[in-house]
Amino acid sequence: MEDALLINRLQFAFTIMYHYLFPQLTMGLGLLIVILKGLSLWKKDERYNVSARFWAKIFAINFAVGVVTGIPMEFQFGTNWAKFSTFAGGVIGQTLAMEGVFAFFLESTFLGLFLFGEKKLGQAGHFAAAFLVFLGSWVSGYFIIATNAWMQHPVAYAIASDGSVHVNDYWGLLFNPWIGWQYTHNMIGAVITAAFVMAAVGAYYLLANRDAEYGKIFIRTGVVAGAIASLLVAFPTGDGQVQNVYKHQPVTFAGMEGLFETKEGAELMLIGQPDMEKLRMDNPLYVPKLLSFLTHYRWTAEVKGLQAFPRDEWPTNVPLLYYSYHIMVGLGTIFIAIMLVSVFLLWKRKLYATRWVLWILMLAFPFPYIANTAGWMTAELGRQPWLVYGLMRTADGISPTVSAGNSLFTLLGFLGMYFVIGVLFLLLVIKKINQGPESGAATH
Amino acid sequence: METLWFILVAFMLTMYVILDGFDLGAGIIHLLVGRTENERRLTLNAIGPVWDGNEVWILAAGGTLYFAFPQVYASSFSGFYLPLIIILWLLMLRGLGIEFRHQVHNPLWKRFWDSAFSFASILLAVFFGAALGNIVRGVPLNSDGYFFEPLWTTFTVVPESGILDWFTVVLGLVAFFTLTAHGANYIAMKTDGEVQTRSRSIAGKAWWGVLVTSVVGLIATSSIKPEIWTTFTEHPWGYIFPVLGVLGLAGMIIFNVRRQDTRAFLSSTTFIAGMLASTAFGLYPNLLPSSIDPSNSLTIYNTAAQAYGLNVGLVWWIVGMVLAAGYFIYVYRAFRGKVVLPAEDAGY
Repeated sequence: MEDALLINRLQFAFTIMYHYLFPQLTMGLGLLIVILKGLSLWKKDERYNVSARFWAKIFAINFAVGVVTGIPMEFQFGTNWAKFSTFAGGVIGQTLAMEGVFAFFLESTFLGLFLFGEKKLGQAGHFAAAFLVFLGSWVSGYFIIATNAWMQHPVAYAIASDGSVHVNDYWGLLFNPWIGWQYTHNMIGAVITAAFVMAAVGAYYLLANRDAEYGKIFIRTGVVAGAIASLLVAFPTGDGQVQNVYKHQPVTFAGMEGLFETKEGAELMLIGQPDMEKLRMDNPLYVPKLLSFLTHYRWTAEVKGLQAFPRDEWPTNVPLLYYSYHIMVGLGTIFIAIMLVSVFLLWKRKLYATRWVLWILMLAFPFPYIANTAGWMTAELGRQPWLVYGLMRTADGISPTVSAGNSLFTLLGFLGMYFVIGVLFLLLVIKKINQGPESGAATH
Repeated sequence: METLWFILVAFMLTMYVILDGFDLGAGIIHLLVGRTENERRLTLNAIGPVWDGNEVWILAAGGTLYFAFPQVYASSFSGFYLPLIIILWLLMLRGLGIEFRHQVHNPLWKRFWDSAFSFASILLAVFFGAALGNIVRGVPLNSDGYFFEPLWTTFTVVPESGILDWFTVVLGLVAFFTLTAHGANYIAMKTDGEVQTRSRSIAGKAWWGVLVTSVVGLIATSSIKPEIWTTFTEHPWGYIFPVLGVLGLAGMIIFNVRRQDTRAFLSSTTFIAGMLASTAFGLYPNLLPSSIDPSNSLTIYNTAAQAYGLNVGLVWWIVGMVLAAGYFIYVYRAFRGKVVLPAEDAGY
């Protein structure tokens, strides 16, 4: 049973983390393409249109991988987490089904029209198709966040006689107080990924002395969007989300911050390694009293540490939770620095010639992927040992009849298949980037 | 209310089989009807703009099953663990085949994805048929409402059988031939010239396969699960569904011979809808019958979610379906008529 639990968790963690590499770019790039398309209509400048078409090609490859790696997610609730589905299907089945009905039909229909229908639709119609694809992907995100928010902070449910939960307040489920910050934080995180990717391709073109005209458009769009999004992801959305965790999951909060003892005037840990034997931080580097201030706006307020809670309610992997959270916050801070420097140079009209900044922009694009992944690891590890916070433990949620051997077989299959998909994806995207924005433009 | 949701889930699954069914059929015949690069691009462009939307029906149907009958979703998905994950892998391979093939202009690259697309489509058709067979035959549900089936045991129909036994394989073949004919009708309708001629010929040959396997499947079903006819004897109006199926089957060959492709396609659509509706009608009120003890069967009554969720669900489901119908009508109109091959860099 222990084996089965571990393998089921690993399979879900692996497939969801891999899957989410793609939708974050889909959702962020969806917005940036709408902006490029809008600029081409507004400024009557064909270069923005060519840019939009170029990014649409990368969007299409990325979207296809997002779709195929997304199908296993919904299915795994049934295949690997059957007890959880029986327990919670009456609530989260609603949001998951709504995602299919309201988001997937919209996205899949208008993506085809957006990619292949520019001539048929005309420019205004093409803009509308781009907008609807963007809308579909953001609606999809909303229903997934609504599902996750319910698992983090269950609301709007009643427990039936057989022990399963059922929704009893539809709007309460869709406007769970947890959703607001989590959704905005997550979506802005997606915009950061897309902004860094777009700026990276632009920086590559400038540094490689090719397609300079488009390189500048990509850098400009990426850097402006990236600067706004990097600020918004920290404040107010990141701050709001942490306040939510502090209020509703105080033990998770203590684990994230690496706070073992309850303290008045608690310190904000910057660097340090949680020592789970001695229950303290090794090599701590911290700002005194800042954590109390950030949570209560008072320097001497009391903040509860892990030891204030029974051990079996602690997050199951405190060090990994602590690292995930600190990696996300640390990278987020670096993103603000990179983007503010870039925007400043752009304003001074020096960015395109400042090669060391272009190098940084070109090489920085993997880090938003890491930060987004670390953010989700914080949310999911922080919820442990609960599958539905306070209602169902993760260990109680797995399928009772699927043996560890069977799930290991499929986990290995996913590993192999996703490795090949990853290689092909990189190959195709690199090819498109090398062909450049003007390749194939004449055929439209 | 439970009955209504039973019908709605059945409706969505039927929509999936009809719509994605022709994509799968197109995949099955892809290597046969397209000999040159341009001929193969014809097939792919015929389904290219619509396959993804068609596939969404199974996700939406799965989601609907999940919230309306959570226990059935949990029990069937975990019980059919291996075949379902294999179906997922095949769906992934099929999708990548369609979307990756046109990205690189290299004959070996294209040949690989053509074969992957075709291979995945063939196996998907057989697996979907076998899945239906499992539901009709029943599965070894225990008193907790769970079961687990290996892929195969001895290929005989016993309570502890595997996913694949001779009965489910027969239904897998029914699905294979039906979707072959259905996809061939679609491609014949959407193309001209050689590809159209070859598709018609395949649709004609596949029809005989449909006929033979359907008759065998029908006799087998009646001997293994005679109960399936009880609902029909109790509510004789239900015979309308098998009659529709038979009319569809007849229409398939008549319009094939007359070279009326659109009508042939509508006939195969009618056949699929008639057969699936008959199966659903025969199963009702069971969603997943137990092969060990009928009292363990999962029915609409012992698995439905509570009334509030089902009522609210109906409101948004109707709104969502009206929207989805609008998108489908729009996109099928936008890409109506025969496929015209776009330039090499655009389209599939």
